[in-house]
Amino acid sequence: MPVLAAKPAGAIVEAILIPALALVTALLLFGVFCAFRGVAPFELYALMFQGGFGSWFSWQNTLIRAAPLLLTALCTALPAQLGMVVIGGEGAFVLGGLAAASAAIALHGAAPLAVQLAMAAAGLLAGGLWIAMVGALRQYRGVNETISSLLLVYIAIALLNHLVEGPLRDPGSLNKPSTPPIGDAYMLANIPGTEVHWGFAFGVVVCVLAYVLIHHTVFGFSARVVGGNARAAKVVGLPIGRLVLGITFLAGAAPGLAGMVEVAAVDGQANGTLVAGYGYTGILVSFLARHHPLGIIPVAILMGGISASGGLLQRRLGLPDAATLVLQGTVFMCLLGSEVLHGRLSLPRLQRA
Amino acid sequence: MTDVALGWWGVPLALLGGAIRASTPFLFVSLGECLTEKSGRINLGLEGILVMGAMSGYAISYLTGSPWLGVLVAGGVGALLGVLHAVICGLKRVNDIAVGIALMLFGIGLAFFLGKSFIQPAAPMLPSLDLGWWSGIAQVHAALQVNVLFIVGLLLAPAIAWGLRNTRWGLVLRMVGDSADAALAAGYSVNLVRLAATAAGGFLSGIGGSFLSLYYPGSWNERLSSGQGITAVALVIFARWQPMYCVYAALLFGAAGAIGPALQSVGVTSGYYLFNAAPYLLTLLIMAVTCSPKRALVGAPSELTISK
Repeated sequence: MPVLAAKPAGAIVEAILIPALALVTALLLFGVFCAFRGVAPFELYALMFQGGFGSWFSWQNTLIRAAPLLLTALCTALPAQLGMVVIGGEGAFVLGGLAAASAAIALHGAAPLAVQLAMAAAGLLAGGLWIAMVGALRQYRGVNETISSLLLVYIAIALLNHLVEGPLRDPGSLNKPSTPPIGDAYMLANIPGTEVHWGFAFGVVVCVLAYVLIHHTVFGFSARVVGGNARAAKVVGLPIGRLVLGITFLAGAAPGLAGMVEVAAVDGQANGTLVAGYGYTGILVSFLARHHPLGIIPVAILMGGISASGGLLQRRLGLPDAATLVLQGTVFMCLLGSEVLHGRLSLPRLQRA
Repeated sequence: MTDVALGWWGVPLALLGGAIRASTPFLFVSLGECLTEKSGRINLGLEGILVMGAMSGYAISYLTGSPWLGVLVAGGVGALLGVLHAVICGLKRVNDIAVGIALMLFGIGLAFFLGKSFIQPAAPMLPSLDLGWWSGIAQVHAALQVNVLFIVGLLLAPAIAWGLRNTRWGLVLRMVGDSADAALAAGYSVNLVRLAATAAGGFLSGIGGSFLSLYYPGSWNERLSSGQGITAVALVIFARWQPMYCVYAALLFGAAGAIGPALQSVGVTSGYYLFNAAPYLLTLLIMAVTCSPKRALVGAPSELTISK
């Protein structure tokens, strides 16, 4: 629920303290769960820290994994301002990657910067239109946006499979049907001095832009009014239809861009690898950040760290790679359970004399 | 028995076979969700429960050699996850849709984690009844292999419809779903009734999941469920919260899922993946046609988050 008035200091402390408490509880539960598999909890936590944040190498790994989450989280966070629960970021991500790869293939031979811009535009547009469809179905047909966005994920994946196994297939890709490679010349570079691609920087910039849009423009203010009280918004004559379509378009454009980055900086072509669950983890990131665009940045890095440590847990402790999925699910459950604490913590109030 | 070349006649036959074979998970999950939603709560986590049911059913069948014990345990696991959903939703200020999403991620993650070691071995499968014995045509014979769970589901639907209409339990459930205040005034605990309804829904969804791993497609792996759980939730809306309509909708969806393989068998191979998306597309189209932004749906429990 968006709060329009400036928050008192206590509320801000609560907004950080309660999710942190939920996170610690989930880590404790996960430790107990792993203890049943014969893993010492403290070794587990030590390895998780080491794998996610213990060295420059693991930090880079973490930031690479956080990059798509920054953008897929916005797919849930932006519509949340309107009071909508959209969970279809995975579909927009997949289609954004596919559209970007198609654009690169179509423009083969052009200048690298032009091709990259076209790829980004294709990704933004494909993802944006896909989720705008969710908004339109909600606004004009009353279709529940949570269910329709999730159904669209499966349709998007079917489209990806259809195109990479048929019309867009590279005849050379035998084991794993893929589009032709976009070519090394068109790949996104790394941020100088690191192994982290520019996609991470894009993600941070887009989150900041989303913050400015939502909290410092009339458009964003109107959206939050709709989310706070749709009836009041109608009474004061806000263009609800345009707000819903605009916000859902932006919400889809963000994961669409993430899909483009995945193709242009990591995979080099579009194929089934795109369906990696970044969209689903993004939902969790958005909820943990309480749908605040700036809150998404640290939370995405934290979740990136958890998934970066998955490989180490697998190698050193013999835990299945789904261990990080279990942890994510547990965090999510604890977080929702912790909602009950809001307004109940007796925090020292900062009062003016 | 002869393998007759049926040509295009094979397509409607394959759709019938698909309706019988693939509809069972849709049927169980949608009946379960129907019960849960009648109590005024929506459980979007059935996808996670379905996958947990599939995994635990398969694991128990492999470990004990009894597929029916597997079905029972799958139902029990589903009921436990349903209770978890209900307990968290029972807290103040907690949104049931968000808890559903969390449960979906949690269930799928847990199933992949615990099920890793059951991907390879082969577990005993559920038996099927041979209702096509009278036909000499192999395709007809194959289409009419009917699983017992399918028949149980078919009988369960009218039983639930009757129970909702004619029993004290059914009345209380519907009252809680239509007006929590009225139920409270009548002295019923809203949370307790919803807990029971969500647990029952989870039980049925778990059984639906065990059908996936123990009969059709009949193995356990991480790509087993492709959204049947979430489709079934949408299907309840389409069925207007009426158990009998759930049956027709489930049959329709089972048939829609068989379009791809059926067309492939007569030589139409292009667009195989697109035809596989038919159930999702169909759900979306049906929701777009039947929903309306102006009014709540006819028959929707008025305490439901999505009809408020």
